[in-house]
Amino acid sequence: MSKFMAWIDERLPVSNFVKNHLSQYYAPKNFNFFYYFGALAIFIFILQIVTGIFLTINYKPDAASAFASVEYIMRDVEWGWLIRYLHSTGASFFFVVIYLHMFRAMLYGSYKNPRELLWLFGMLIFVLLMAEAFMGYLLPWGQMSYWGAQVIISLFGAIPYVGESLALWIRGDFVISDATLNRFFAFHVIALPLLLFALIYLHLAALHTNGSNNPDGIEIKKNKDTNGVPLDGIPFHPYYTVKDIFGLSVFLLIFTFVVFFMPELGGYFLEKDNFVPADPLKTPEHIVPVWYFTPFYAILRAIPDKVGGVLAMGAAIFVLFILPWIDRCSVKSIRYRGMSYKVLLMLFVISFFGLGYIGMNPATPVLTWIGRLFTFIYFGFFVALYFTSANEKTKEPPERVTMHD
Amino acid sequence: MIGYTRLRNTNFFVIQMSDSNKPSNRRKFLTNLTQVMAGVGGVFAVIPFLSTMSPSEKAKAAGAPIEIDVSALRPGSYKVVEWRGKPVWVVRRTEEMIKNTLEDDKVLSDPKSLEEHQPIYTKNKYRSINPEFLVLVGVCTHLGCSPLYKPNAKSAELGLDWNGGFFCPCHGSKFDLSGRVHKAMPAPSNLEVPPYYFASDNKIIVGEDGEKS
Repeated sequence: MSKFMAWIDERLPVSNFVKNHLSQYYAPKNFNFFYYFGALAIFIFILQIVTGIFLTINYKPDAASAFASVEYIMRDVEWGWLIRYLHSTGASFFFVVIYLHMFRAMLYGSYKNPRELLWLFGMLIFVLLMAEAFMGYLLPWGQMSYWGAQVIISLFGAIPYVGESLALWIRGDFVISDATLNRFFAFHVIALPLLLFALIYLHLAALHTNGSNNPDGIEIKKNKDTNGVPLDGIPFHPYYTVKDIFGLSVFLLIFTFVVFFMPELGGYFLEKDNFVPADPLKTPEHIVPVWYFTPFYAILRAIPDKVGGVLAMGAAIFVLFILPWIDRCSVKSIRYRGMSYKVLLMLFVISFFGLGYIGMNPATPVLTWIGRLFTFIYFGFFVALYFTSANEKTKEPPERVTMHD
Repeated sequence: MIGYTRLRNTNFFVIQMSDSNKPSNRRKFLTNLTQVMAGVGGVFAVIPFLSTMSPSEKAKAAGAPIEIDVSALRPGSYKVVEWRGKPVWVVRRTEEMIKNTLEDDKVLSDPKSLEEHQPIYTKNKYRSINPEFLVLVGVCTHLGCSPLYKPNAKSAELGLDWNGGFFCPCHGSKFDLSGRVHKAMPAPSNLEVPPYYFASDNKIIVGEDGEKS
């Protein structure tokens, strides 16, 4: 075996790679609950690719037969229902995991120097993931697929001067039609997964360049033993591979429960209107995007102006990209940051959930005003952070990571 | 020295490197030019790919004008036909609806239809050629939903000050009986009037301006 590996290594340094990135890749020993979600995101990405491949085997990207082919998968294809529900539930769980993964970065300042680029790659992945989910949602060609896409594509129409022709170019027709479905299929199964794959690779490469941050927000590479091994580091394999496998089993317990017993999750994961075939002449009573888009959708609706609403929604995502430069506090972890950041982050989380709730409900005057308040808080978080973070009253972070047992 | 000279005359690249480690201006120029031309070629190569995403000839042909027969349309009722895949409404207004249309002006955002959302020959209070017939693209100007036809005044759902019109179920935009948007609504503008003309008293052609205009 060792002779075989030597032969391989001479031609491709596999052993070195395993050493550098697993068995002798040292991660901080104080990872907590929030550090499961990166590995879980990779798991779901692979799950979506695999289930996606098996769905395309029976799915037909054609306006006349798409809806029926999904029902065919559900009723006639052996185990088809499982593959489809794994894929649809996987999409929602992907966002659960990604939002928690991003929240972790905000808790412990993981986007700060020297990990800004890591954060930017992550944000690009997030945006592409939203595009991927949006395009995938059109494919079943149900009422909500159709009208949701109608709403989102017309957002591009709001751009001054070029908007209408841009929307026409995206649709490939005067309306959402077979042409749109066909191209969304192409983007959903080829273009975006390839881009996502490349970006995830870059995200991991950037991560392994400086190593993970940790709940104490200090650099473990500052304290090394005589062999150059970080004193607070443990090899990723076997310690964190085993930890992640445990996390995965707990995750799968919850995930498969949803897949088996409540795959539509009361209309949140698969909306009820989407079990009706798309009808261009009949708008459903309430057009609601899937839950993971609703915070941003609520911001769009909060602004009583079309172009302004689109700009605000774009800004809500863009402002996250520049978070590493908005947050000017040198202390990373919330454990040692001032009260101002704790309060701001709490308000931010409340506004995010609030917006998510409002985005799911019809736009009544009261909800619209609450939506405006939450939109104000959402953006207020970044503005207040910019001004408070530079002179925050922080505690001194410890030299070595702390363990709580 | 003889060999050196011959090399200089026959092989441009070798001699440049042996002369000094710095590339000459001529070489720098050629290198940059090659890179720029490759970039320009790459950009032009993108055009056919992006063009495949534009509406095809078939899609454009499907957007041709349509004919609507309104002889069977009763006053107060409306008809939905598909044009370019969008719903086009033809509403035959009653006397009362025409009257209600007039009374709405205070609550409207653009009562005089100043914004270009209609052909010039429908830029009037009724936003139509003949006030009896209203022709509209039934797509909300906010985000493309199709508003609902609510012709009756004072409804429980839309309040006592409702004079009849159209109501968008997606984000709550209200339009009057001429498709004019109310003030402070998510929809930024009046509903679009498509180009149309009367081919005869009961025949409307949608998708084309009449010859007189």
